[in-house]
Amino acid sequence: MLTDEFDPLKGEMLRIMDEEGNVDSSLKPRISKEVLLKAYRTMLLTRLADDKAVKLQRQGRLGAYAPNKGQEASQLGPAMALKKEDWMVWAFREMGALLWREVPLSTYYLYWMGNELGNVYPKDLKVTPAAVPVGSQIPHAVGIAYASNLRKEKSVTLVYFGDGATSEGEFHEGLNFAGVFQTPNVFVCQNNQFAISTRRKRQSASPTLAQKAVAYGFPGILVDGNDVLAMYAASKEAVTRARKGKGPTLIESYTYRLSDHTTSDDWRKYRSKEEVEEWEGKDPLKRFRSYLLSQGILGDEEALQKELVDIVEKAAAEAEAVPAPSRQDVFVHTYSEIPAYLRRQMGGDGT
Amino acid sequence: MMMNMVQALNGALAMEMERDASVVIMGEDVGLDGGVFRVTDGLMKRFGPERVIDTPLAEAAIAGAAVGMALNGLRPVVEMQFMGFSYIAMNQMINHAARMRNRTRGRLTVPMVLRMPYGAGVKALEHHSESTEALYAQIPGLKVVVPSTPLEAKGLLTASIRDPDPVVFLEPTRSYRMLKEEVPEGEHILPLGKARVSQEGDDVTVVGWGAMIPLIQKAVAGMKASVEVVDLRTISPMDTETLVGSVNRTGRAVVVHEAPRSFGPGAEIAARIYEGAILKLEAPVERVTAPDITIPLPKGEDHYYVNERMIKEGVERALRF
Repeated sequence: MLTDEFDPLKGEMLRIMDEEGNVDSSLKPRISKEVLLKAYRTMLLTRLADDKAVKLQRQGRLGAYAPNKGQEASQLGPAMALKKEDWMVWAFREMGALLWREVPLSTYYLYWMGNELGNVYPKDLKVTPAAVPVGSQIPHAVGIAYASNLRKEKSVTLVYFGDGATSEGEFHEGLNFAGVFQTPNVFVCQNNQFAISTRRKRQSASPTLAQKAVAYGFPGILVDGNDVLAMYAASKEAVTRARKGKGPTLIESYTYRLSDHTTSDDWRKYRSKEEVEEWEGKDPLKRFRSYLLSQGILGDEEALQKELVDIVEKAAAEAEAVPAPSRQDVFVHTYSEIPAYLRRQMGGDGT
Repeated sequence: MMMNMVQALNGALAMEMERDASVVIMGEDVGLDGGVFRVTDGLMKRFGPERVIDTPLAEAAIAGAAVGMALNGLRPVVEMQFMGFSYIAMNQMINHAARMRNRTRGRLTVPMVLRMPYGAGVKALEHHSESTEALYAQIPGLKVVVPSTPLEAKGLLTASIRDPDPVVFLEPTRSYRMLKEEVPEGEHILPLGKARVSQEGDDVTVVGWGAMIPLIQKAVAGMKASVEVVDLRTISPMDTETLVGSVNRTGRAVVVHEAPRSFGPGAEIAARIYEGAILKLEAPVERVTAPDITIPLPKGEDHYYVNERMIKEGVERALRF
């Protein structure tokens, strides 16, 4: 068990692939070449699509946006460990995980462009919409998992949140619930070192966030969040534990947000260029690429890049082509049936 | 069968749990103890601890887990021990339960019920007498339902459990065991969003809900004027038609609520009456409410709580104008 080998109380961190892309073969998870390639492709797509979103925002074509740069491995590893029947509950900085679960990129863009249709995922996709109030989605994951358990389904529910969320009451209440009811949950804390401008140290005096699991009575593990293999391995083990009915796990992904919190702030105000440059050296994409190159898995990179840029452009154009909601659209879903007074406020037939 | 409100609510819960395996009950002390007011008494024994869930003391997680359960096919009926403790759960109710349907354009919905005792008049501890229905009624997407009698309680709770939208169900603490009436043991369901004329009359309309209804009925019982009493039942979405229809006939209106006056539901009700019945109004809409003060501890509660005399005087003012 990785959770036995890497004790957060001792500050031990799981890392499988180092910054140069060298892999510790004793820890390497079994992943087929096809899946490795698909993972790289998703991470690169995330990077490119993220970059495009920031540009669209600067041009006034997309609203305030929370960039993902630097957290591609941290997002993707956990999602890769899930099956189709598993629920994924995200916060608002998990684009890579959504793309892996096949939420269309155009839908993702549409949300950030300010259209509720961006929350309308393909039918039967077990992914909840973004949860903006920090940490508030954690209890949802516990309830979803409880419901699966009650019906004796083997479904697992994985939830993402940030380091800031661990200071929220709902983090405590949610994880405490999960421990008491031994729900099939995986809690993934993307510790990207900042809650907007507030450093991780200001959130908690706890040396690691992973060790908080100890108090809730289930395992926690600290993982190098820029190592996609480690994130996958830790998540896979946690998902398996949950599926076997052995309860929840807390994973702290130790990563770094290379960009702003959202397009409405400027990271230069609260951290140094040197610090960011140091983390750029630990870029999750670079190290995964080095590893894949060393294994001879990566093919024509130029063609891949071109293909992904095309996908991004097409998705952006598709999202931009969606008309703004009608007056009817913003009224009729308030309740299952529109009350008479609300229909009068809507006026006419709402078109 | 003659039942008080606690028994009627218990009957509605049992019946819905029997009928629909997706209905679960969750809250603090709802299982072994049967709830602090015994509304869920005996249900854990009958339906098991997996469906009648004693939780840690955590209102946000109770409401939040209920949102998750509802997203994943259950119909959770959760209990807040007192309205004054429900505020921690408001983040979940306002930011998630209320808006999930709209923000996903109907892809995801949250059919849950947040039950709680509300209101003063029982000389309870601090924070146990809140009547802040307006806080919830302000939120688009939430339904706020208040029963006034045992029969109403059974019908409205049944409807709330089956409703596809999140319902905040307020149970008048004062009325839990105040009166008994004949309640069918079998299915009994009432529509949400529909007010009830609990007493017909021609001279003045008195609007109220919950614990105010029996109080209003007592207050107007000996009056010479012909009084119509409208039991709103659902604060939101409000049945404007029944309300305005009644005032258009009587020409006078009195709103009674035990919540503080300012920004209370009475203000919204008065506004709807002015909008819909101004040409028929013979008097300004009277508001009989609690004053805008913190609810006193039991020794001073009488300065706060609406009583029969205040209602009578309000009705007389409306008639005299």
